[in-house]
Amino acid sequence: MANKVKLVPVPSQSVIPERDIDKSPILETHHLGIDFGGLVAVDDFNLTIGRTEIAGLIGPNGAGKTTIFNLLTNVYQPTRGTILLDGKATKGLKTSQVCKMGIARTFQNIRLFSEMTVMENILVGLHDEMDYNTLSSILRMPWFFRSEKIARERAIELLSIFNMEDMADDVAGSLPYGAQRRLEILRALATNPSLLLLDEPAAGMNPSETEELMENIRRIRDMFQIAVLLIEHDMNLVMGICEGICVVNYGKVIAKGDPDQIKNDPVVIEAYLGKKGAK
Amino acid sequence: MKSVKKTRRKDFITYGIVVIAFIVMQALVMTGHISNSLKNQLIPICVYICMAVSLNLVVGVLGDLSLGHAGFMSVGAFTGIIVAMSLQNAIPSGALRLVLAIAAGALTAAVAGILVGVPVLRLRGDYLAIVTLAFGEIIKNIITNLYVGVDGNGIHFSFKDAMSMGMGLDGKAIINGPIGAVGVTKLSTFTAGFILIMVILFITLNLINSRTGRAIKAIRDNRIAAESVGINVTKYKLMAFVISAAMAGMAGALYGLNYSGLAAKKFDFNTSILVLVFVVLGGIGNIRGSIIAATVLTVLPEALRQFSDYRMLIYAIVLILVMIVTNNPLLRSVADRFIGSLTGLFRKKPASQTAEGGADNGK
Repeated sequence: MANKVKLVPVPSQSVIPERDIDKSPILETHHLGIDFGGLVAVDDFNLTIGRTEIAGLIGPNGAGKTTIFNLLTNVYQPTRGTILLDGKATKGLKTSQVCKMGIARTFQNIRLFSEMTVMENILVGLHDEMDYNTLSSILRMPWFFRSEKIARERAIELLSIFNMEDMADDVAGSLPYGAQRRLEILRALATNPSLLLLDEPAAGMNPSETEELMENIRRIRDMFQIAVLLIEHDMNLVMGICEGICVVNYGKVIAKGDPDQIKNDPVVIEAYLGKKGAK
Repeated sequence: MKSVKKTRRKDFITYGIVVIAFIVMQALVMTGHISNSLKNQLIPICVYICMAVSLNLVVGVLGDLSLGHAGFMSVGAFTGIIVAMSLQNAIPSGALRLVLAIAAGALTAAVAGILVGVPVLRLRGDYLAIVTLAFGEIIKNIITNLYVGVDGNGIHFSFKDAMSMGMGLDGKAIINGPIGAVGVTKLSTFTAGFILIMVILFITLNLINSRTGRAIKAIRDNRIAAESVGINVTKYKLMAFVISAAMAGMAGALYGLNYSGLAAKKFDFNTSILVLVFVVLGGIGNIRGSIIAATVLTVLPEALRQFSDYRMLIYAIVLILVMIVTNNPLLRSVADRFIGSLTGLFRKKPASQTAEGGADNGK
């Protein structure tokens, strides 16, 4: 047990030479829907995300975007429909089990472990990468130290993505806002996901910070070769980095396509600006 | 890595304080420079330190309010008494019986922890506090109505009266309903108390600085985020609760075997609150603080005996003053500077700079 420490090394920085178009999708949802009492919050939501795709989920306020994230991570159990992650249904699983299957997320309002240090926050994300049990941690067995050491090195590697190694011993709640957002992304990455959900990652950021964030999201996708689904209101960001965009309004998909198609779609313009704007 | 060394040093200071305090007290006892009342308090101090540390695991580290911690102590105490008394003939060694009694106390308290924890840990905040409070009272009432005796055939139980246990002529009652345990052979020693503190500190501190401890702290800081990174919230909440209960059971067994008689009503709501006061006063989540608070507040009522009727009043005033002082930023910075310069003596070069930095901030 002690010998098979299964930490994944950080992949090389090289961009994938050719993006596999025929790859099987990492996430599929079929006719997904949820009702809260009589209110249909999400209905007939179909989405397919490729293995290394950066996808955007946009829509006016209250359209049901975060509800969809909560459905994908099984915070809510769907009333209708199925979610397939890498071909496997996630129905009935707990949020923590869905995370183990490979979906990690960040939150619209930052949810860090604010009284713990930056390092500890990442280490919680690396929880399943450490394979010693509670008893061997109390007895401080040799493989406890080995596993902890590997995990801490891995955490430093992760922090180095955003040049945050110096902050490792700071309390997470005391970090500046932007660093908190970045830490949340790193914590999600620590769980070794195949799909990363980002809920308004650019909220509260100025244009230059947003620019940096876009670069970072692309970099993360290239380094880890994962899919990213992000909710965002900043259209520069969405149009700049998303390869596929899904627009929802009133819980229903109203348009899907690449950024150019979405920009010129009259239905989308109407949803955002009203009927007059569409003319 | 820096943070690892820092926590390790903090832990060693905590162990060091306990060891030094033990050596000093032991020396005082040997040379007879200690009042009789304080001497009688040594084991209860050890017990309450263990209780405070174990409750801190639930209140400080897991972040859930439990008001029934005396219940687990009670389970441990009476299990310990039953085990120690029924093995009296089989195992002559008192020390071995004490160890077995403490182990049995831990086990039954852990079982009680699971029984309570499974339904109760779904609740949060005030609701959890109320249900744990009720649990403490239930345990107290069950043991108040419990009759246990031992004879040549083994252990006998009854919830009616001593007669219905149906013991043989050689039978001996161990727990006698409302009267409680009687004729207990005193097995607890100060050294045993010290070792138990060290064991409990070892378990708690090592647990906190591991993936399990981080998972528990993560649940405290943000349950939803903890779930989202794959932490099984139910599992780790229950684990913290049960480990805490088991440690309270150990402390209870030590307590039970320190007196010749013990009634269940000793472990009432007041005892739970008393332990909670130690935890809050020592600083929630601060293990070293719990140790100091438990010691001071156990000694204080005895030390104030000269004020006779006013002693509980003074006790309350001291509590309030300590709360005010520890929450006053100015007084805190003075205290930090003092502690900083003290610990600076033990450190090497870079540490003395921090001590100076702390002094500058104070100016």
